[in-house]
Amino acid sequence: MSAKKRFDVIGKPRRRVDGRAKVTGLTRFADDVMLPRMVHCKLLRSPLPHAVIESIDVSRAHDYPGVYLVLTGKDFPVTFGILPVTQDEYPLAPERVRYVGDPVAAVIAKDEQTAFEALDLIEVKYKALKTISDPGEALATEEPRIQNYGEQGNIHRLLAYEFGDVEEALAKADHVFDDVFFYQGNTHLPIEQHASVAAVDGEGKLTLWSSTQVPHYVHRALANALQMPPAHVRVIACPNGGGFGGKCDLHNHEIVVSKAAILLGRPVKICLNREEVFYMHRGRHPVTMRLRTGVTKDGKITGMHTQTLLDGGAYGSYGTASTFYTGVLQTVTYEIPRYKFDAARVFTNKPPCGPKRGHGTPQPRFGQEIQLDKIAEKLGVDPAELRLRIVAKPNTLTANWLKIGSIGLAECIRKVVASSDWKNKHRKLPEGRGVGIACGAYLCGAGLPIYWNKMPQSGVQLLLDRSGQVTVFCGATEIGQGSDDVLAAIVAEVLGIDAFDVRVVTGDTGITPVDLGSYSSRVTVMMGNAAIQAAERVRELIAQAAADHMETLPENVGFAHGRVFRADDPGKLMSFREAIVLAEEKFGTLGSVGSYTPPRAPGRYKGAGVGPSPAYSYTACVVETEVDKATGWVNVPRVWIAHDIGRTINPVLARGQVEGSVYMALGEALMEEQVFRRLPPKLSNALVHKIPSLLEYKSLTSLDMPEVFTELVEDPDPNCPFGAKEAGQGPLLPVMPAVANAVYDAVGVRIDELPITPDKVLAALEKKAKGENPRVGPECFPDVPYPEPMLVLPPWEGGDGNAINAPRRSAPKEKVAS
Amino acid sequence: MSTQAPKNVHLSLHVNGESQEVSFAPYKTLLEVLREDMNLTGTKHGCELGECGACAVLADGVPVLSCLALGLECEGRAIETVEGLANGSKLHPLQAAFADLGGAQCGYCTPGILMTAKALLERDPNPSREKIKEAISGNLCRCTGYQQIYESIEEGARRIREEQR
Repeated sequence: MSAKKRFDVIGKPRRRVDGRAKVTGLTRFADDVMLPRMVHCKLLRSPLPHAVIESIDVSRAHDYPGVYLVLTGKDFPVTFGILPVTQDEYPLAPERVRYVGDPVAAVIAKDEQTAFEALDLIEVKYKALKTISDPGEALATEEPRIQNYGEQGNIHRLLAYEFGDVEEALAKADHVFDDVFFYQGNTHLPIEQHASVAAVDGEGKLTLWSSTQVPHYVHRALANALQMPPAHVRVIACPNGGGFGGKCDLHNHEIVVSKAAILLGRPVKICLNREEVFYMHRGRHPVTMRLRTGVTKDGKITGMHTQTLLDGGAYGSYGTASTFYTGVLQTVTYEIPRYKFDAARVFTNKPPCGPKRGHGTPQPRFGQEIQLDKIAEKLGVDPAELRLRIVAKPNTLTANWLKIGSIGLAECIRKVVASSDWKNKHRKLPEGRGVGIACGAYLCGAGLPIYWNKMPQSGVQLLLDRSGQVTVFCGATEIGQGSDDVLAAIVAEVLGIDAFDVRVVTGDTGITPVDLGSYSSRVTVMMGNAAIQAAERVRELIAQAAADHMETLPENVGFAHGRVFRADDPGKLMSFREAIVLAEEKFGTLGSVGSYTPPRAPGRYKGAGVGPSPAYSYTACVVETEVDKATGWVNVPRVWIAHDIGRTINPVLARGQVEGSVYMALGEALMEEQVFRRLPPKLSNALVHKIPSLLEYKSLTSLDMPEVFTELVEDPDPNCPFGAKEAGQGPLLPVMPAVANAVYDAVGVRIDELPITPDKVLAALEKKAKGENPRVGPECFPDVPYPEPMLVLPPWEGGDGNAINAPRRSAPKEKVAS
Repeated sequence: MSTQAPKNVHLSLHVNGESQEVSFAPYKTLLEVLREDMNLTGTKHGCELGECGACAVLADGVPVLSCLALGLECEGRAIETVEGLANGSKLHPLQAAFADLGGAQCGYCTPGILMTAKALLERDPNPSREKIKEAISGNLCRCTGYQQIYESIEEGARRIREEQR
């Protein structure tokens, strides 16, 4: 598609195609699915963080009036897990519980109240095991192991990669900066609690309606967990009431209600309560990190070494990928000629961590962007100017063999510098007020699927008929971000019709082509490219039929505003519907398919599959803070943000994604914490969530939200549909470090950990008053037994993308079992 | 714990301008009665503890959290839910503005915010930005960052004033 084409739909601010349903209450979320004869499920969850189950007696629950079925671990012999390499979860724990909240039994009853009452009648005898509560304990504890797979003891994954000799690069630098940071975990907090309904249809096949972002992965994994042919399982992703990564796993309850529906022959529903959603988690990993960066006196980076330690919680989830993501994307923003990263994920007796908006990359980005602020200060360079000097170049490879295509970051920096009046504010505002700048980058879709296959990552199917209707089918999942609207807009643009003339059917594995789901900001690029291909194929048929009728050539047929016309004589025209009739006469029943597979990534070394993307989006952000030195309270009155989106499909939605990212980022920066505490010993001493409620887990309300000035930078990327990149995750990344840098500008203290709460600000101010280093953050990085790195030469040092050594694996891999 | 299910209460609720006979367990909240016994699933829930505002409906024109009100208490009160906002198939100006301006992303908090905004505009047809922020401060939204919600309420208010002129 030519970049010069004028668009009729793309880029115009429009009501989203599903907007009407959302404002009338007609959008059917999973808990809105109500079926005849439906019964209700509740789960009994472990009150202990780490224990062996000695016995479970369900007889009293089973006999309770109104109870239809009680299930325990022995009903589910097969393990599951979202990644093929970590099949470590049980729908209901058979022998061992690993965190408070691990499900051990399920009651299915005539209503929720009865099921809830019957849970109390289940008697479980536990034998407590030692609780491993943090990464320090995990590293120090060989036995007991929370999982009996992984590298060693309670270390799940260890990674080490070196792209060029980083020690040599640091030795040649004029300055080496060595900083340790900590990023606390936090959770997605979708307002919709997870819900699922399973039912057996008239043909005896299973249907699951669920709040999931990944119906295809759930379909695959659910069929395996139930040992059913996948063709007899249908997963329908209801529109999600917010996802943010928290609905990307196959969840215990999805398997349990499916099994129960099969056994009972009637629909079974579950809806988690808010406390259960907190324990379900799969959110941001707490990460301790160390960054060593060498720079020349004019601010060029000579080399960087990133080390991370992730607190993974009790199960694998997406953790293997998360661990990679704490290292791999550090290189796509600035020129880094040599790069090394070591990463480790450990198991602890807490709810599993997984992907949250930005998946594994906000933590090291936080460290990197604060460190750049420190570098700029030391070198006496304006931090915006420093970044402009080192911004990565378009159409280049990084040291770790990622292919950068378009990059609009310099333009983003210039825009926020201008709009925020940066030059008149930085280091110039009165004491207590400050500004900070930071940048970020993100994937536009993970290059590889989570299970190895050579099939397309997104498929789109079109149906057109003589009524003039156009229906588009795609497995992509509407989680609020507007993917249905993007799909309709792209098809409409190609066919020259209105977006509202396209009927959208998505997220249903029974009737829509496979799309891998709403994660890694992949939908616009992958679904969009597949949609363009499908729409262009059917447009060609229509053009041929219309060309015959208008006595011209197909390439001379235009499509716009619901009309099909001769491009050289626009007076000769017909309605889109008339053209479809001609095409149906000529070719028979009309339809087309399109699919998309990302380009092959240049890296060849083992592990090179995490990080590649068809394109990267870029963002720059300036945050203003007001810091109250008496209370330590940080107020953010204004945020300026510019996002390199490639091209905007619908500006209303794009702005919403950017501002929503700023909102979520400010929560992470200032208040949100997924933290745990021990119950008093006289209770159980169990490690429990400190604040599992929407009231106590603080997030920004409308009264806390600053004014946000959003600008979209359009630098169309040739790999992307009409040039459009992602907007849903990237804009979150720069905000947290920009807040930290703005706090420093305001009161001269460095808070090298998140969230930046008043107590930390006060502690740092106190240190400053005493003449100590005015900093709060981890003092040192723990001793982690990283293996010898895999050595890969950067492209400019003669590398071919392969590793040049055979790396030692630190421990033999064991089979996953419990 | 009682093994005897409590007897249902039987009463008439006045919802969206209609009276309807309904029978439900006496412990049920208004939220549960609306969703489960009256099939009005437009009203959502995010916590069932009065913390998120997703379940806000109007009772005699005033926003209430339907998860904290018993169905029993609502006899004789005029309840309004999102299903009653549109006039036939014509959207209420607030609904139209939310759809046009990005006030609804995932749409889950939207019904509660729409009802809260409707009550605000009935008190104050031309509220300041500060008044809007205050009015919806009990409604959590995880998607939008609130700005497009403010703009939608302001635009909805403008359209209502225009209609009334």
